[in-house]
Amino acid sequence: MGEYSIQELTSIFAMQGFAGLSLFSVLLLMALGLAIIFGQMGVINMAHGEFMAVGAYTTYLLSVISETYFPAFLQYYFLFAILASFVIAGILGYLTEFILIRHLYKRPLDTLLATWGLSLIMQQTFRSIFGAREVSPTLPDWLMGAYQPTESIYIPINGMFVLGLTLVVTVGVYILMYRSNWGLAVRATTQNRIMSGAVGINTKKIDRLTFALGCGIAGIAGAAFTTIASTGPTSGSLYIVDTFMVVVFGGAASLFGTIASAFTIAQAQSILEFFISGSMAKVFTLLTLVIILMMRPEGLFSIKVRK
Amino acid sequence: MNFMYERFLGGKNGAIGMLILAALILIILPASLDLFRLNMVGKYLTYAFVAVSLVLLWGYGGILSLGQGVFFGLGGYAMAMFLKIEASDLESTKIQSTPGIPDFMDWNQITELPWFWVPFHSFSFTLFAVIAVPAIFAFIIGYSMFKRRVGGVYFAIITQVIAVILTVLIVGQQGYTGGINGITDLKTIHGWDIRDDSSKYILYFINAFLLFGVIMISRFILTSKFGRLLLAMRDKEDRVRFSGYDVSNFKIFIFCVSAIIAAIGGAMFTLQVGFMSPSFVGIVPSIEMVIFAAVGGRMSLIGVVYGTLLVNYGKTVFSETFPEIWLFLMGGLFIAVVMFFPNGLAGIWDKYGKPQLSRISKMKFISSAKALINSKNASPVKDSK
Repeated sequence: MGEYSIQELTSIFAMQGFAGLSLFSVLLLMALGLAIIFGQMGVINMAHGEFMAVGAYTTYLLSVISETYFPAFLQYYFLFAILASFVIAGILGYLTEFILIRHLYKRPLDTLLATWGLSLIMQQTFRSIFGAREVSPTLPDWLMGAYQPTESIYIPINGMFVLGLTLVVTVGVYILMYRSNWGLAVRATTQNRIMSGAVGINTKKIDRLTFALGCGIAGIAGAAFTTIASTGPTSGSLYIVDTFMVVVFGGAASLFGTIASAFTIAQAQSILEFFISGSMAKVFTLLTLVIILMMRPEGLFSIKVRK
Repeated sequence: MNFMYERFLGGKNGAIGMLILAALILIILPASLDLFRLNMVGKYLTYAFVAVSLVLLWGYGGILSLGQGVFFGLGGYAMAMFLKIEASDLESTKIQSTPGIPDFMDWNQITELPWFWVPFHSFSFTLFAVIAVPAIFAFIIGYSMFKRRVGGVYFAIITQVIAVILTVLIVGQQGYTGGINGITDLKTIHGWDIRDDSSKYILYFINAFLLFGVIMISRFILTSKFGRLLLAMRDKEDRVRFSGYDVSNFKIFIFCVSAIIAAIGGAMFTLQVGFMSPSFVGIVPSIEMVIFAAVGGRMSLIGVVYGTLLVNYGKTVFSETFPEIWLFLMGGLFIAVVMFFPNGLAGIWDKYGKPQLSRISKMKFISSAKALINSKNASPVKDSK
């Protein structure tokens, strides 16, 4: 670090820190969905990354459609694409739960394998429809460019937009889970499934909607993802391990834990990346996480539940 | 003798299964396939080691490791390091700026053999390392996880992350590990060329016999009291714990055993295929190996060998002719096996094949018994003579 001046170091930290915030946004959006599903049903959804890709491809498709048919709409399609990604990924998630997951609740390890199979099928479907090459949607002009507070710091606008989007979604999830009747029913089911059923909550319906919600949020993550990277058939699977780590590290079923751990992991990775190579940054981050988890298996923040 | 028969072969049924498998692997396949295809079967059989290790760990222990590729890779890399050092003698590397070290190190401006490569000059150390390194690694992971009662899905995720870490590390540290290409151009063991046709046959048979040895040892473990406890632990862990057993020690032990078995497979892979690369270490190969075990039947030591052979045969056929369908098929297979045939091929055989077979043999028995009775009735006088 010796060769950098103090001012350069601050700029590096600011910019890498902001790059980390973009990674944080995508990781958090992915992890929110996964944490809801995992915390709620104890189900590991290996196809979660592919639901993200569904969102990303939806955005791409809408961008192509509006580019060819409604050029005037190009400035606004992105907001619509976020909604569409949520709805389409959510519907697919609903169907997945109905066809596949609900038969496997008693065998969590098998869910892991079955959803892995699903992810293979989805990846090949993407490849057949959109081709193996990576695609990117045309972003509206207002997402381009960078904000430059000082001479040596550039902060991309799309990053800020994604951060804002993440904030909105997180607050939305918080309100839905902790301030609504539906969220109360979800949390009750998480804590005691049998009792919740006894007091008249339709736990099966709750499961299905929760799964759909988790997948829908992954879809939003996909829409956000298109602004910072291009999408290929295997884009989703690149993030899945990191996302799992976020959820496990944060402590399942803890919203605050998920946010804190997504932030820590993204920042650590992004700032380390500048000083050592990208691959070693990943090794260090993951290794540290594994060691921490070996000492504290329940994660950073965990709700004490009697098992 | 009877004890050995029961414990190592698993009684009459197990012995017949072993005989049929042995006939297939040792006689039918070598006699009917050309060397190229046989070598391929040999490669698949090295995956069968991992599948067998998963029967112990997953089928009986209920511990799903999504990082068996790590141990396969550790065994394979240990063997590859020895072969690479022998292939990089002064004579054949004299054009390098530092002769006598592996070529990829030279390309990465490394001028001295790294310390952890030095012991691999010795073949006996290498054989020791193939067993010991994965065992120690598995012990560390197992000890820190199982002692804290981490299990189930968490364990699967952590092992998966370890697979990612190792892959990224191998790919990132090109100078020490050969990077994404892996360790290639392997030639001889003490001058014995592993690329010859005759040595390929020899290696195939060594591999097959090792596999049978591993299956028999696994059978021995599973038919022991420990095997019973393993099953009990899988189904009611708390009850075993309350009966006064230290559950975590059993789990650590079976995890180490499965790591060793997978590592032997990895070492044989390197010998038969002639290279080792990170593409056999990561998540995807690790999960594929789980599906071999799932298709064959996670509770059947012999079934998983068939499962491995069949899935890989399908993969070769389909990825050569219709690469696009293959992933659909593979994904569908995952889902179908998990949802409809949790006990895999072995389960199907037990449910449909065996009753059919026993009916046939029973019918034969009945008809021959009838014939015997008839003949007895027809000539009682003759018999008494």
